[in-house]
Amino acid sequence: MGEDFTLDDMTTEYMDVLKELGNIGAGNATTALASMLQERIDMKVPQVQMLTFQEVGAAIGGEETVMAGVYLLVEGDIQGSMMFLSRKTTAKHLVNQMMMGMGHPELDEFDEMEMSALKELGNIMTGSYLNALSDLTHLKIYPSVPQVTIDMAGAILSVPAIEFGTIGDKILIIQTNFTDDLDIDGYFILVPDVDSYKKIMSSLGMPV
Amino acid sequence: MSEIIRVGMGDLNICKAPQGITTLGLGSCVGIAVRDPSTKIGGMLHAMLPDSTQIRNNSNIAKFVDTGMDELVKRMVAAGANKNRLEAKLAGGAQMFQFQKNNDLIGVGERNAEAAVKKLKAMGIRLLAQDTGLNYGRTVIFYPETGVYVIRAVGKPEKEI
Repeated sequence: MGEDFTLDDMTTEYMDVLKELGNIGAGNATTALASMLQERIDMKVPQVQMLTFQEVGAAIGGEETVMAGVYLLVEGDIQGSMMFLSRKTTAKHLVNQMMMGMGHPELDEFDEMEMSALKELGNIMTGSYLNALSDLTHLKIYPSVPQVTIDMAGAILSVPAIEFGTIGDKILIIQTNFTDDLDIDGYFILVPDVDSYKKIMSSLGMPV
Repeated sequence: MSEIIRVGMGDLNICKAPQGITTLGLGSCVGIAVRDPSTKIGGMLHAMLPDSTQIRNNSNIAKFVDTGMDELVKRMVAAGANKNRLEAKLAGGAQMFQFQKNNDLIGVGERNAEAAVKKLKAMGIRLLAQDTGLNYGRTVIFYPETGVYVIRAVGKPEKEI
């Protein structure tokens, strides 16, 4: 990886490593969710996709789909940010499972308690994803307190897309599908800066 | 209903009335809508970053406010628009998440909007109206026939600028 490294010209070998990291991270997050909700959750194999900025909206169900987005900054041995996204209906369902009947699944909007639970859900999903990454690479990874928003997918995605935009023309997105009572979809987006990509790769024994 | 042309993220396109032009779910990106009120030729740029000179990999010109606007105007002029008559409206540039701690890219929405205002001024294109900043996403539709720029947001009434 030279100075002009971009994600666009990443080799298949590197892509495979990133895919595998994504699989493990998403798997760890799903396990954490299952143990918190104390129920069995079946997860399909996550799909790791490298998409152009024009493609990414459609890939997650349309730019105007209303989604819940959890976003946090990552520090330590690597620098960057991380996002967890799910459809608003999915988020609402999960949050109400977490609140054990104290939420308002019948209402369309999130009240203050539900927003707080959503932040915690995001914390658990991103935290367990990053833990898996940290365990594998032996790199120290410290996540910030997450911020949450509910808005159009395109608008939420603009945040990581712009970060990817500073180093290339594609965005790496990990889609995970799992089921409890409902079919649930979630998306992870990890945006390490260029130096952090190199650190992650070299910690796994890949030549950089 | 006449045809509406779609513009994706980090992309641009032109249209001619009665066609409209739209981009969906603008967040920190900016949607710059331009028209020639005489020939009714319109265009839109959905730019992600303010300045191509700050980024090493800058071959994708529609990704940036500066190079994207140059290209958009070039294409509008090639389609018959008069550069001296062009007028613009601006939307987007939101800050989707609030952080105390500073990170270069957190304030990128605001910087995108500032860069757009500056670039339009440098090009001599009048900026007639803008709806930028705050913390929510916007879907925008521009009609070069009338110059109306429709803005939709989740949980808010539709507005026109």
